[in-house]
Amino acid sequence: MTTPGTTAEHTETIRLRVNGVTHEVDVPPRRLLSDALRHDLGLTGTHVGCEHGVCGACTILVDGQPTRACLMFAIAAQEYELTTVEGMTRPDGTLGPVQQAFKDCHGLQCGFCTPGFITTIEAGLEENPDPTPDEARDMISGNLCRCTGYQNIVKSVLRAAELKREIPTGEGAGQ
Amino acid sequence: MTTKLMGEPVARVEDDRLVTGKGRYADDIMPGALEMAVLRSPHAHARIRSIDVDAVLDVPGVHAVYTYDDLEGPMAEPLPLLIPHPALTHGRTQYALAKDEVNYVGEAIAVVVADNRYLAEDAVGRIEVEYDFLPPVVGIDAARAAENLVHEDVPGNVAAVMEQSFGDAEAAIASAPHRLSLDLTVERSACMPMEGRGTVARWDEDLNRMSVWTSTQTSTGVRAAVATKLGLDLGQVDVVTPDVGGGFGVKIVHPWPEELLVPMAAKALRRPVKFTEDRREHFISSAHERGQQQHIEVGFDDEGRVLGMSVKFWHDNGAYTPYGLIVPIITSTQLLGPYKLPNYRVSFESLYTNTVIVTPYRGAGRPQGVYAMERTMDAIAAELGMDRTEVRENNFIQPEDFPYAHGELTFQDGRPLVYDSGNYPEMMRKARALVDWPAFEKFRDEARKEGRKVGIGIACYVEGTGVGPYEGGHVHIETSGKVKVSTGLTTQGQGHQTAFAQIVADELGVRFEDVEVVTGDTRRSPYSVGTFASRAAVMSGSAIALAARNARAKALRLAADALEADVDDLEIVDGIVRVKGAPDSQIALGTLAVLSNPLRYAFDEASRAATQFAVGDPSKPPVAEDDEPGLEGKDYYSPPRSTFASGIHAVIVETDPETAEIRILKYAVVHDCGTLINPRIVEGQVHGGVAQGVGGALYERMAYDETGQLQNASFMDFLMPYVTEVPETIDIDHLETPSPLNPLGIKGAGEAGVIPSAAVFAAAIEDAEGFPITAMPISPSELYALRLTHSTTSHERTAS
Repeated sequence: MTTPGTTAEHTETIRLRVNGVTHEVDVPPRRLLSDALRHDLGLTGTHVGCEHGVCGACTILVDGQPTRACLMFAIAAQEYELTTVEGMTRPDGTLGPVQQAFKDCHGLQCGFCTPGFITTIEAGLEENPDPTPDEARDMISGNLCRCTGYQNIVKSVLRAAELKREIPTGEGAGQ
Repeated sequence: MTTKLMGEPVARVEDDRLVTGKGRYADDIMPGALEMAVLRSPHAHARIRSIDVDAVLDVPGVHAVYTYDDLEGPMAEPLPLLIPHPALTHGRTQYALAKDEVNYVGEAIAVVVADNRYLAEDAVGRIEVEYDFLPPVVGIDAARAAENLVHEDVPGNVAAVMEQSFGDAEAAIASAPHRLSLDLTVERSACMPMEGRGTVARWDEDLNRMSVWTSTQTSTGVRAAVATKLGLDLGQVDVVTPDVGGGFGVKIVHPWPEELLVPMAAKALRRPVKFTEDRREHFISSAHERGQQQHIEVGFDDEGRVLGMSVKFWHDNGAYTPYGLIVPIITSTQLLGPYKLPNYRVSFESLYTNTVIVTPYRGAGRPQGVYAMERTMDAIAAELGMDRTEVRENNFIQPEDFPYAHGELTFQDGRPLVYDSGNYPEMMRKARALVDWPAFEKFRDEARKEGRKVGIGIACYVEGTGVGPYEGGHVHIETSGKVKVSTGLTTQGQGHQTAFAQIVADELGVRFEDVEVVTGDTRRSPYSVGTFASRAAVMSGSAIALAARNARAKALRLAADALEADVDDLEIVDGIVRVKGAPDSQIALGTLAVLSNPLRYAFDEASRAATQFAVGDPSKPPVAEDDEPGLEGKDYYSPPRSTFASGIHAVIVETDPETAEIRILKYAVVHDCGTLINPRIVEGQVHGGVAQGVGGALYERMAYDETGQLQNASFMDFLMPYVTEVPETIDIDHLETPSPLNPLGIKGAGEAGVIPSAAVFAAAIEDAEGFPITAMPISPSELYALRLTHSTTSHERTAS
């Protein structure tokens, strides 16, 4: 038995900029970004579904690009602007357009995969603000969901595009 | 009047939390807890000669390591056989940590508790185990051949043999004008919720109390297992179900070794401990389902009416049988579907293999039964040259036949197999219309002219839902007028907080926004069974409705006193009790809650009105002898037997003439789950079920090699459908035939979407290709190989 807290593992002090806030944390070099977000920063909205980059539940935005947080070390994420699902709400704390769209369209059931879809779609709509249904399907084709069968997630993408168009410039969610 | 919410597509109250990242799943609970990692057997069948953990405690950050030798008392006994059955003559369960022998790759051998998961896994890597290898039994063929045994004291690898029958199937088949036999197989798949298993436990030394949060489908089940195994009183253990990231069956109580080892370690170390499995662990150490071989004999008349049917099947139950015979019993009874059979015999062998255990996965044996029956219906139609829908219609139980008993068969709940209600001919009429069945041949001809191959399939099912024994509901009206509702069964994404709030709002006459529902918390609801068998809406929905009615009755009684009116003259609208036709004479439910609880102390303005100098008749006790303080209603719902939902799915597929890829052109669902509570949630359940069905029919299988290694134990290799694999739209039509068994007429809806998938896809592909499809799932490569076989066969036939 060892005394709690005497972990001898070497750590580095790193700075992570998440949802516009800078955090300083000590992490071992091997700590995954997903674990650092969840367990060191308490941002548990980012979920881990497979830890090998396939399911997309841990998708966050790294400088606006959808990225699997389980495939990146925390120590390697210092240079970037990170955005998680917690950063997808509007400045006043109400639901952002993609979040609202999921609620409007019953785009979620258990909600575990949802944060990864929301971040993915947020970035997708930045690139293509007016997707066709085929383009909406393409946008989410790298994320797994076991509950919804995806039909309502596709609807959520289209609905989110509508909602985003209604928002005056500069008041959008996220960074 | 308040608008009725029953039947309305109300948006879910759960969603604000879940879309903003504020859900609380097991791994989100108790930050800083110690973490557990498990050493799992790398071998499918071996004796453990020795385990050396000496190197482990040297790893910094390690707090404890446990092997079987460290387990004490009930923890050292085998895990419980949860559902014993007289036919399960050779039931076997594993130990929380392997004792002497391992029987599948993934079986837990040792656990390490460390500061975090990284360190715990480092330490697990240092444990040395010596094995003596035993020959593994993999697959149903090997189990049946029994050249090797999984458990040396189980002859023939047979855990159970069970037979049920009515009439004389053999005689009826022998004397029938037409006879057929079919041999079918279905492969293994698995639930694969996006969140794996997870358990957190905290032992409170000051209160002498265990708190467990676990990603489960039954909090009361886990509570009883933890108390029993750790030698605690039930009253010392609380189990709280946090948000659960999908279940689909696999999170029903087994109990998992980790669900016991985590609280055990938390108590021993006096520190919170957590276990969060990774995806590979979920593949190799949770549970699978579906694997069966089936042999069917059927006799029928010129109209395709079944005169006698005899089914024998072999069910792969994996290495152990903690969940008894539930899956094969469901297959053998639900196989009958919507059909009236005069003579039926079914027997099965439940067989051990050196693979992951088999316990219910959404559908729970029904997909296999429906596959057997619907493939038989198709074969009868083909034999007689009849329309497939007509053959089915000729066999349907008619609306006037309900309640309909299938002979003396016994269902999974130990009750007679009696259908409560349904309208199968109407369902077929709707299904034919929805998929435009009559127009298909024209479509096929047009497609053929373009060199395309298309096929249509149809499959019917009946699903026993709302299985007992009971669930409870508790409705508490607070002095604020807010209504707090609790039911013991758990939630894994079904929107119970919304659906149950709809029921309470309607029954009580309060605003939907004022109702808050809690599920799966043993502190609030210690008596409960769990969420499985499409039972939550039926069981807890009914119990909550009854509880709300009790609360309403009490509120009206109190209001009648306060307003000096007759109970029959009162109504409750938006939380206000008022005299009908005299709306000025009214009192709020919150005020009644104040009056219902005579107080000594005034904590606020509301409670001031209820103190002993303010209320009550000084000549009587403040709480009448036959009354209780508080404005609450409680009740339980315990039905005599299950209620039977039903449905028909139809699919049109196109098979690529070159690559044999299978594309879905149209998918149609007609579904009857009785009275709908929330059609939006029901349709969501159907969508998700169909997607899982597509996966099970066309993509997913457990690829074990002959040594018992699961070759595709990751999301890279196990092909779960993405959006690109599912139908773009699903056409859904509802029929609402209420159940006479419960107060709201509800039938279950959770599993329906997945039940007929293997059957309906096999039918459509067979229709497109023109040769029998007898093994599911089917991949493009397999379909391509079948084409080669059949073209060779037909070529030889032509040549001879």
